[in-house]
Amino acid sequence: MNFIFKMAWRDSRASRRRLALVSLSVVLGIAALVGIGSLGDNLRRTVEQQTKSLLGSDLTVTARKAFPAATLAYFRTVPGEFAREISLTSMVNFPTRGNQRRLVQVRALEGNFPFYGELVTEPADTMAKVRSGNFALLEETILVQFGVQVGDEVRIGQGTFTVAGSLKKIPGESAAVAMFSPRVYLSMASLEATGLLKRQGFMTQRAHFKLPAGTDPAALEKEMREKIKGERLQFATVEERKRDLGQNLKDVYSFLSLVGFIALFLGAVGVASAMHVYVRQKVATVAVLRCLGASARTSFAIYLVQGFFIGVLGAVVGAALGIGVQLLLPTVLKDFLPFQVELFVSWAAVAKGTLAGLVICVLFTLLPLLTVRRVSPLLAIRSAQGENTAPDPLRRWLYAGIAVAVTGFAILQAGRWQVGLGFALMMGLGFGTLAGMALLVTWAAKRFVPRRSLPYTWRQGLANLHRPNNRTVLLLLSLGLGTFLMLTLVLTRSTLLAKITGIGGGSRPNLMFFDIQDDQITRLAALAKANGTPLVAQAPIVTMKLTMLKGRPAEEVLKDPKSGIPGWTLRREYRSSYRGALSDTEKVTAGKFIGRVAPGEARVPVSVEEGLAKDLQIQLGDVLTFDVQGVPVTAYIASLRQVEWQRMQPNFFFVFPDGVLEAAPKTFLAAVHVGSPAESARLQQAVGRELPSISAIDLALILQTFDSIFSKVAFVITFMAAFTVVTGVIVLAGAVLTGRFQRIRETVLLRTLGATRRQLRQIQLVEYTVLGMLAALTGGALAVLGNALLARFLFKTPVVFSPLVLLGSVAAAVVVTVATGLLTNRGVTDHPPLEVLRQET
Amino acid sequence: MSEQTMLKVERLTKTYRTAGGPLTVLHEVSFVLPAGSSVAVVGPSGSGKTTLLGLCAGLDRPSSGSVTLANEPIGALDEDARALVRNRHVGFVFQNFQLIPTLTALENVLVPVELRGEAGREAEARELLARVGLGERCDHYPVQLSGGEQQRTALARAFINRPKILFCDEPTGNLDGDTAAAMVELIFGLNRERGTTLVLVTHDLELARRCQRIIRLKTGAVVSDQTVAA
Repeated sequence: MNFIFKMAWRDSRASRRRLALVSLSVVLGIAALVGIGSLGDNLRRTVEQQTKSLLGSDLTVTARKAFPAATLAYFRTVPGEFAREISLTSMVNFPTRGNQRRLVQVRALEGNFPFYGELVTEPADTMAKVRSGNFALLEETILVQFGVQVGDEVRIGQGTFTVAGSLKKIPGESAAVAMFSPRVYLSMASLEATGLLKRQGFMTQRAHFKLPAGTDPAALEKEMREKIKGERLQFATVEERKRDLGQNLKDVYSFLSLVGFIALFLGAVGVASAMHVYVRQKVATVAVLRCLGASARTSFAIYLVQGFFIGVLGAVVGAALGIGVQLLLPTVLKDFLPFQVELFVSWAAVAKGTLAGLVICVLFTLLPLLTVRRVSPLLAIRSAQGENTAPDPLRRWLYAGIAVAVTGFAILQAGRWQVGLGFALMMGLGFGTLAGMALLVTWAAKRFVPRRSLPYTWRQGLANLHRPNNRTVLLLLSLGLGTFLMLTLVLTRSTLLAKITGIGGGSRPNLMFFDIQDDQITRLAALAKANGTPLVAQAPIVTMKLTMLKGRPAEEVLKDPKSGIPGWTLRREYRSSYRGALSDTEKVTAGKFIGRVAPGEARVPVSVEEGLAKDLQIQLGDVLTFDVQGVPVTAYIASLRQVEWQRMQPNFFFVFPDGVLEAAPKTFLAAVHVGSPAESARLQQAVGRELPSISAIDLALILQTFDSIFSKVAFVITFMAAFTVVTGVIVLAGAVLTGRFQRIRETVLLRTLGATRRQLRQIQLVEYTVLGMLAALTGGALAVLGNALLARFLFKTPVVFSPLVLLGSVAAAVVVTVATGLLTNRGVTDHPPLEVLRQET
Repeated sequence: MSEQTMLKVERLTKTYRTAGGPLTVLHEVSFVLPAGSSVAVVGPSGSGKTTLLGLCAGLDRPSSGSVTLANEPIGALDEDARALVRNRHVGFVFQNFQLIPTLTALENVLVPVELRGEAGREAEARELLARVGLGERCDHYPVQLSGGEQQRTALARAFINRPKILFCDEPTGNLDGDTAAAMVELIFGLNRERGTTLVLVTHDLELARRCQRIIRLKTGAVVSDQTVAA
């Protein structure tokens, strides 16, 4: 054992540069993995906090009336911080503006809500002023809409207040709350002074909780539900809000896990290719050791020890570098970052990355090392008969081990076995395709390259592809896999960013109009167009209630404790629409969307949102009866739809076909996209003047929150992809550099026989160009397939295919290969042959 | 096999499978070497000299026939067991020196004993290097040594494990006349001092005649086996 370690150490002395190359791949792979893991955890926490800011608390309890004293007393015993909010709908009167009136939400806060996120006002200290006396904080749009100034007076109920500032943003607002009317904040005492609290029917009370670290809001919610029964309370937790945020955050984490997987796999490819070349150079030494009495196991162990320590060293340095990158880069780039990340080192991520990196590295090192076991001592006296070409049964086991480890790592990284298995299978497909391509190239180079018609340097370069000891398999595999993995990232990044921009981007509707009567919609469209902000969406709304569900009266189902159907789905008033086609924010997942039926149809085909269908436990063909303002309408489920609720567009649980509801009393909902608060105010003022009964809801503030989250998401994706692509480029260069050692002797020999530097360069250029192009094209094709599969199955979004990005990336891979090849061989052609030979042996 | 016999070769045949059919490079070769004797195997290129040396030293397995080395029949042993026999009983000197490039001269010499797990033999290794005239070059790497110096290092390495038998494959083939002569003196000198059996494969008849016996090979068969007159 002692000899093995001693020999491994001594033998490494002259090969440190080459071992450093092997190690470099591991270092960068693990650095990327650790950096991604740790930064990912940081971002997860940041996004978590951002998500918390959507709620403003850990748990919020809402009631449609005042909390009973006992409930309030109980709330105050909950550990952590507590805040109470009362809100009611009232009119605000602007005496300085000709006593104009506006329906608003009047609110009062007690406690330090919001606990997460920031209440943004102009001036910044407005809220403190409001709490101190007779002041009001008004939503910015009201100030713009009515031309009210800070310092003006407003009247609410029986009270008169001075406008202290404008409200720009408050966390904890859901779109539904903000939709009804703009917000006005008063102090709790001021609210009592208005006399509005006497009209309890219009009041909403909220209790906000900030819980100590480690407290599970869901558990507290459960406890509260048990303790406070019969009060019809609504609970909201961050987890629920996160679910509302939808698929997008999941996409980011999936992408991060993909990046981590790719980074380490790139490192593994680098390790395997560098080690392959290293081991080939050690064959003579192994043969001598075998002659001197070393067993196959001893010889193998010597290089395994080297491989293991390269892995350990790479893992440690990689982990340190990963931590450094994670800590340093955001600091260096802080001026360019769209947000601030509170940095911490995620030791769990560091341990996971280091360990996974080490295991994968050692396994990939074993692959080339198996050759050592088969080196015959005869090689010491005769080179021709030294290699055992019979298949090595251990190799099959090792392949199986690598497949298991890679799949296991992929599953660990992805968090879902289906996704992990998909990653691993795609990797296997890539490996198989490239290996097949390498064999094909070797065969074709031998079979089809013309022996006479081409110049010598071309023939020599092409012959290098098939001659003994060629690098075709090694380079095609390493370059091809590198290109494949990197391009997959580049393409997936585009796909994902396109998806996010589609949801969070700048051209969505952000000003909505409600309660538009039949005869007002045309006038509204004209007003919007004249303002330069034409209607981008409109939908008729017919209110209805569900009376029968699959033949059972809704009341009966409600009373059935075993039904498992949430009460709200049966009690609520549905605001449904009718239209002839699907909107771009929905798609049919089952059945067929029917856009029109003949009037008088006995059973109407209706499309239902799939989440609601699940809650109502209904399937295609099930029959429902609606009460459409006194008229029963029988419908059957013709299709299920998936709706992107995050896209703030008119969407509905039930969509009827044209030809049924046209005669029913209805209102319209319409939406426009405004570019600025001023544009929004201008249109709202015009509509307020000409069509005063129409309500407007400005979604700009809500969208702002979404946009800020999505811009962070986009940044993370770009940063991580860029870091891993750099790793890939280094692995590509490393693969070419290690391949250099295989050709060095014959290059020197050709030089000795009189080959000019130009001739040598041409030979290399031909070989590297063919290999680089084939690897890049095959890798590119694999990446296109990989991106398509990821888009279809993981991100569930249309594929974004950018031929320019693909062409540019393929060209870049070829340039990196050829340039590295030529640069690294420069040393060989510039020095006397003997000097090179002495250094390289 | 008597206790005095170091190497016994019986009807040794080696056949390689090639694309053009089987190729027999050694055909039913038999001889016996007493301990402490020296033999030269000579013959033209392709006569099977190196193949014979490889089989006798346990570097390869015969297609048929047997080799008994230091009373151990090595033909039936697996590769690791043969490695053990080589480590215990055999020393090598190769035409192309075959020093491990990453080890210093001293470390190269120590490899066979370290492989056995023996420690504390450094002084002996230094002494051996001094004996071959390289006492000042212990810490030099092969690339820093001349061809003759590399071969002398290889000789020191061959003797460090006190081998019972020394196989030399064209030991002077890569050396100039003077260096080769000095090398020959060293080989025979050490051989005498330590009572080692010597098997020498060479083209050089002058060198062959310094052995007690000369076996001539031609196309894989023994054509003569003569004792050299003292």
